[in-house]
Order: sequence, then C-alpha cells, then structure tokens
Amino acid sequence: MRWRDAAVPLAIFAALAVAPFIGFGQGYSLTLLSRGMIFGMAAISLSLLVGGGGLISLGHAAMLGVGAYAVVVLDHARITEAWMVVPIAVLAAAGFATLTGAIAIRTSGVHFIMITLAFGQMAFFTASSLSIYGGDDGYTLYGRTTLFGTRALEGRLFFHFTCLALLIGCWALVQALLNSRFGRVLQAARENETRTRAVGFEPYRYRLVAYAIAGAIGGLAGVLLANGTEFVAPSYLTWQRSGDLLFMVILGGVGGPHGALMGALAFILIEDWLAKLTEHWRLIFGPVLILCVFFLRGGIAGVLRRD
Amino acid sequence: MTEPLLELRGLRKSFGGLVVTDGVSLDLRQGEIHALIGPNGAGKTTLIHQISGTLAPDAGVILFAGRDFTRLSMAKRARAGLARSFQITSIVPAFSALENAALAVQARSGSSFRFFGRANGETALNDQAMEALAEVGLERRAGVPAATLSHGEKRQLELAIALAMRPRVLLLDEPLAGTGAEEAERLMRILGDLRARFGILLIEHDMPAVFALADRISVLAQGRLIATGTPGEIRANAVVRDAYLGEEA
Amino acid sequence: MNTTLLFVQALNGLQFGILLFLVAAGLTLVFGVMDFINLAHGVQYMLGAYLGAFFAAMTGSFWLGLLLTLPAALGFGLLLEFLVFRHLYERDHLSQVLATFGVILFLNQGVKAVFGTAPMQMPMPDLLSGGVTVMDGLLYPTYRIAILAVGLATAGLLWFLVERTRVGMLVRAGASNAPMVSALGVDIRRLFMLVFGFGAMLAGFAGALAAPILSVEPGMGDNLLILAFVVIVIGGIGSVRGAFIAALLVGLVETLGRGLMPDLMRLFLDPSAARQTGAALASMLVYIVMAAILTFRPAGLFPARR
Repeated sequence: MRWRDAAVPLAIFAALAVAPFIGFGQGYSLTLLSRGMIFGMAAISLSLLVGGGGLISLGHAAMLGVGAYAVVVLDHARITEAWMVVPIAVLAAAGFATLTGAIAIRTSGVHFIMITLAFGQMAFFTASSLSIYGGDDGYTLYGRTTLFGTRALEGRLFFHFTCLALLIGCWALVQALLNSRFGRVLQAARENETRTRAVGFEPYRYRLVAYAIAGAIGGLAGVLLANGTEFVAPSYLTWQRSGDLLFMVILGGVGGPHGALMGALAFILIEDWLAKLTEHWRLIFGPVLILCVFFLRGGIAGVLRRD
Repeated sequence: MTEPLLELRGLRKSFGGLVVTDGVSLDLRQGEIHALIGPNGAGKTTLIHQISGTLAPDAGVILFAGRDFTRLSMAKRARAGLARSFQITSIVPAFSALENAALAVQARSGSSFRFFGRANGETALNDQAMEALAEVGLERRAGVPAATLSHGEKRQLELAIALAMRPRVLLLDEPLAGTGAEEAERLMRILGDLRARFGILLIEHDMPAVFALADRISVLAQGRLIATGTPGEIRANAVVRDAYLGEEA
Repeated sequence: MNTTLLFVQALNGLQFGILLFLVAAGLTLVFGVMDFINLAHGVQYMLGAYLGAFFAAMTGSFWLGLLLTLPAALGFGLLLEFLVFRHLYERDHLSQVLATFGVILFLNQGVKAVFGTAPMQMPMPDLLSGGVTVMDGLLYPTYRIAILAVGLATAGLLWFLVERTRVGMLVRAGASNAPMVSALGVDIRRLFMLVFGFGAMLAGFAGALAAPILSVEPGMGDNLLILAFVVIVIGGIGSVRGAFIAALLVGLVETLGRGLMPDLMRLFLDPSAARQTGAALASMLVYIVMAAILTFRPAGLFPARR
C-alpha cells in the first residue's frame, strides 16, 4: 500500500521528465505539458484544502491570479529578477489568502463555498478595473522572469524542467504537510470538528494556516502561468477557472495530492483534445463532468487503487 | 476540605422562554465520582455542554481549580485539563484507534504547528497513546481504523482519548449507553479504577451502575438541582422518589 | 455629482436589487428547503432572457414573449431537476457544486451553439418605451419603473405564498427543519420539485424582464449568480425576507458604489488615480460589505436555521 502511494506519483514525474525526449519535445506539446504541470501545482494546493481540511474553496483561481498579477505589477516597474519576483508573488498570494481566509474560515459548509466564490470574484473585478495593467484586455509581459539576470527561463526545455522541479517540490511539501502533526490536526478537524476541539485544538488556526499555504503555492503556480504565456488577463481569475480547479481535484480523487495532479493532467489533455474536435467542446465537457460526479466517486486515484 | 476541582455557581441557561438550566450549583472533588441523574429532558446534557464550553451559560460562574472558566473556549478548557466524552460517540472515524489517542497526546505535548516529520512516526506520541489504549483494554486494536471498531470498543476508545489528554476532570456523558452487559461491566470496572486519579462527573441512565459507582449523586429535574447526597441519602430522599425514581418503579 | 444624478443612481440600484431578488429568492429557497447548492441557477436567468428574446422575435410581441417565457422556464427547470439535480440531493455539497457547474458549461455553450455568440436584443414594448418625469427636469425610463413595480408585486406575491399558504408553510418549515417536514408525511420530493420549478421560473422571469435593457449573451447569468450568492449569504440562507433586504442593499451598494466611488476618491487623489482606485474599490465594495456583515453575523442578517 505504502509503496504504491509513492509509486504512482513517481511514475508520473518520470514520464514528465522523459516526455520531451520521446516525441513530445515540440513547442506545442511542451506548452501543453507545462500547462498541465502548472495547473497540477494549483490543483495540489487546492487538494490540501479540499482533501486535507475539508475546505471546499470555489475561489482558488484568485490565488493564481494574485501571483500572476504580482508578476505584471513588477514587470511594469521593470523588476524581473526571479529572486525578487517569486518571493513577492508568493507572499502576495499568501497575504490575500490570509486576509480573505480569516473571514471565510469563520463560516463552514455552503457559506464557505459561497464566500470563497465571492472573494474570487472580487479579485476578478479588481483585476478588470486596473486599467494601467490593461483592464479586461490583459497585459503582455516585456519578457519572462529572469534568473540571476539571465534569460534562462525562455529556453523551452529549461522552463519545462523548472515547472517539473517546482511541481515535485510542491507535491512533496503537501505530502509532508498531510503526514505531519499539523496535517493530523487538519484532517481530524475535517472528520470531526467537535472531537478535535474537545481534545484541545482550535481548528480555525490550522485551517487558516493551510489556507495561506495553499494560497502561496497557488501564487507560485500563477508566476509560472504568467511566464508560460508571457501574458496575464483577468480571465485567469474567473470563477469558472476555480470550478475547473475543483473539478481537477475531484477528477483525480481526493485520496492525496497525486490524485489532484492526475486530475489536472487528465483535465488539460481532455480539454485540449475536445477543443481540437469541435468549437463547442464544452457541450461535451459539461455532461462529462456531470457523469464523473455521478459515477466516478473515488476519482482516477480511486479507480487505480481498486484493481 | 480541599478546594473543589470543578465548581458551578448559579448556572442559568434558557432557550427562548424555556429555562433548561435553572440556577445549578454543584462541585466536584478530586478522587470522586459525582453522578448526575434525572429524567429525560432534565437538562443534563445541556449542563455538560456548558461545562465543556459548547454552550455559554446566560448567568453563573464555572470555576476549574479556582480559575474562572465561564467564557473560555472548548479547546482552552481541554488544554487546562477538562476531558469529555459524548453521548453519541465522537471519534475521528478515518484515524486508527492509536491515531485517535495520539491526537489527544499531541494536543498537550508541544506545538502542533510542525509541518515536517511524520506524526505517525513520533514514538513519544505513540507510546503515550498506547498507554491510554492499554488502560481501557484496547491495545490489541491499536491499528484498526476507528470506524470499524464495535460500538463498545468505540466507547472504550472515547475513554482512552480522554485519558490520553491526562486531564484532571472527566465529564462522561452516558458512557454506558448502547453497550452490552459484558462491555458495560468492563467499562464500569475501568471507571472504578480511574476514580482515584481524577474527578469524574458522570451522567448515566443505568441506575444500578450509578448507585454502585458514585460517591455522590446529584438529581436534576426540569433544569433545577433537587438533591445532592450519597447514594444512600438519594435513595432515601422522598422528593427524588417523587420526581424521578418513582417513575421507574 | 448632483442630487438628481444621485437619485437616478439610487433608482437604478433599487431596480437592479429587485432583479437580484427575483434570482436570489429561488436560490435561497432551493438551498433552504433542499440543502442543495445550485450554481446553475444563474444560467436559468440567462435562459429566461434568451427565451424571452426568442419568443418576442417569433411572435412579434414583447408581452407574448414574456408570457411564453414563464412556462418554458418552468419546463426547463423541471427538466434539469429530472435529469440532473434530483440525483444530487443525497450527495455532498462538493458533488452538487461540480455537477451544477457542468450544467453551466453545457448551457452557456448551448446557447452559443443555438443562437450564436452575438448578443441578442429583446425589443421594448411601445407602451413602456418612453420616460416619466419623476422630479423636476428628470425623465426616468418608464420601463425601469415598470421593472421596479413588477418586481415589488412579485415580491409581495412571494411573501403571500410563503407566509400565508399551506405550501408556503411547508417550505418555511422545510427551510428550518427538513426531517420534521418529511416526518409529517409530506412528499418531500414533490415539494422539492415544486420549489425548484418555481425558483427556475422566477429566475427566468427576471431574465426576460431584464432582457430589453441588457444585451442578452452567454454567461450573463454567471455574474448575477455570484451577486445572488452574496445576497443570500448576507440575508441568511433560506430566508426570503433576508434575501429581499439584502438584494436591495447589494443593488444599491453596487450601483451607487460604481457611480460615486471615483468622485469620492477625487477628494483625496488626482483625477486619473481617483478613477483607477475608485473603479477598483467600487468593484470590491459589495464584497467588503459582505465581509463586514459576516464578521458580526456569520449566519447573515436573518438566519432561517437555528
């Protein structure tokens, strides 16, 4: 059981590592793969909330958005060095998560879903109203973030492996969190809040910290997303994007962070495939989502575990 | 007489127009089992909720070893040494029995804002959790997911969680409810053994068990305390007979 | 900014609030009675606008269009209930969120496939296309006043249905204690269907009403849905009265905020910065109000559940 929990994610990472050398090295495939990895990171961070803390956030796209817009703001001020950009973006996302989470986590259940949705929408409208950063039309970066002054991130393979390294880092971090003392309290509070209080924990604090950490990882994914496309628009923050992220987590199964990763990769690939098939691919995608909810209860990870 | 571990003074609580706790004052001393009995709807569980911090009283004071507890959160009360079990078993179903107890150990040993290191691998936590399981005779079931334990075992586990907190006071809300005769007897024996180490406030419907275990008994009827005394005194009390015991006969 | 303009903004805010109420009322009842979170409620508003525009174009009459929209919206609501929602009542909120999200994706794309991506127009009826002098030198569009009046009448009707009829009594009881209602021997499934269809019809009605003053386009229900969520969270889930008051509040805050914020900011900042921050603040204002209310009343202004 144990080795299998690690075997599936390791196999995915290995596949992503060799993919550029076995026929997926062209620009299109690499872009698609990095997109999958970036959303994989975002989905992993959301799985910490949903799977770990039972916190169903419908506003997680805002975390990516804050990270991406931090890159924009710094780019506009001609600050592009990664050692500045990444910490600032991550802290900004964590800060946004802490502020909104402090209010949202006071509530639970449906209230929590709706409030995270509302805060996400607030971020969306704020981004739309920032006309110096292009408003609704978005903002094209002068260039990718630089690394020690070099333009290394513009190399396709370098970017691919940067995404992969950070993805593995995020996965390992979330996995470690879930196994730690902190994760134990978080999961106990999800399963039985009263019992957790009755032995002496205040679930609020643990949930808020988890929310901030998930926000930080989301912000990091946002930095990569901005760099991958060299363009940032409010459409990154739509609540539909938050819904997509939630679907990725559920599609993969909430069994662990690698489930969310599989869900994200599957989602991006299916989306790409359907979009090539027809302009109206959402007509297929919507019902697929509904059918997944009806029938695929354990997610992809659940199916893999069953055999 | 030493200072009581737990003392309630003039506790009042009402929901709308209904007074469910009506000026209740009682105390609990170290080393005793103080049973709280009364007909259904007398307000026993509401009282436990106020002591443990689930509900805030409208008036009155709760003192814990002399310290004012009235407005403290449930978690703070727990860390100060107040453990409770619930009328309807409350455990973490997805955790193993050992993890359930280890969670309680963790709450009193160091910070839980530790993000690295496997909590499952901390021997200090596991050893003390195992000790608590052993005290209720559940050590052989340590690795079993709590959800799959039998009803009686879950009641034992809940007691083990309370013990793992190393509390000074145990609030037990019908620990024998729904257990079979054999399990009930075992739980009673465990409670009797624990008496010396804690103060135990016990709510229980099983009258023979109450009269066998308790050092003192308080009788609650319609939110009001109508008598407190030794089992012998309570048995002889005419008011109690009328209000409660008479019902059973 | 003078008082006339302020007055117009306030009227616009109330009118927007009324539309919001028609959408939020169905949402809060569906949630209150069924403990069911329906993201697809917003697309039912959009569908109402499309149906209204479509029927109006087909029959050449606004009135017939509006009239035909009601049964059509009801039918769509019941169809969705039958196909999707009824399989979700027993599931957790997460499943409900995702499946109804799937419904949104499908229907938003569906109207694109059927009606094209270009916005549609619903003609305004001649009777209501003029303006009314509401105060000296101020001509306010008759149609917007009509929306206000119809909305208030609908709110009154809803109040009567919920407070004074047997079904309404069951709905209210269901909102605070569903198991009890079902223990009384009421067919809870039938009640669910009824509330659901009624909510869908209200949302569709609001969509058709708003169609002549908005452009009818895919996704138009999504933003309204989120504001409707804000409304029911502020008002207290399950409470129609709370939804009414919160809807007017949100409508006013949203409209007045957008009108006034940039001017207000000009007191502190230079004009271009004022426009920027004013616009940004205005778009955040509703959510800030929500956050403030929830900080003091986590269950909303009029919580129906105890």
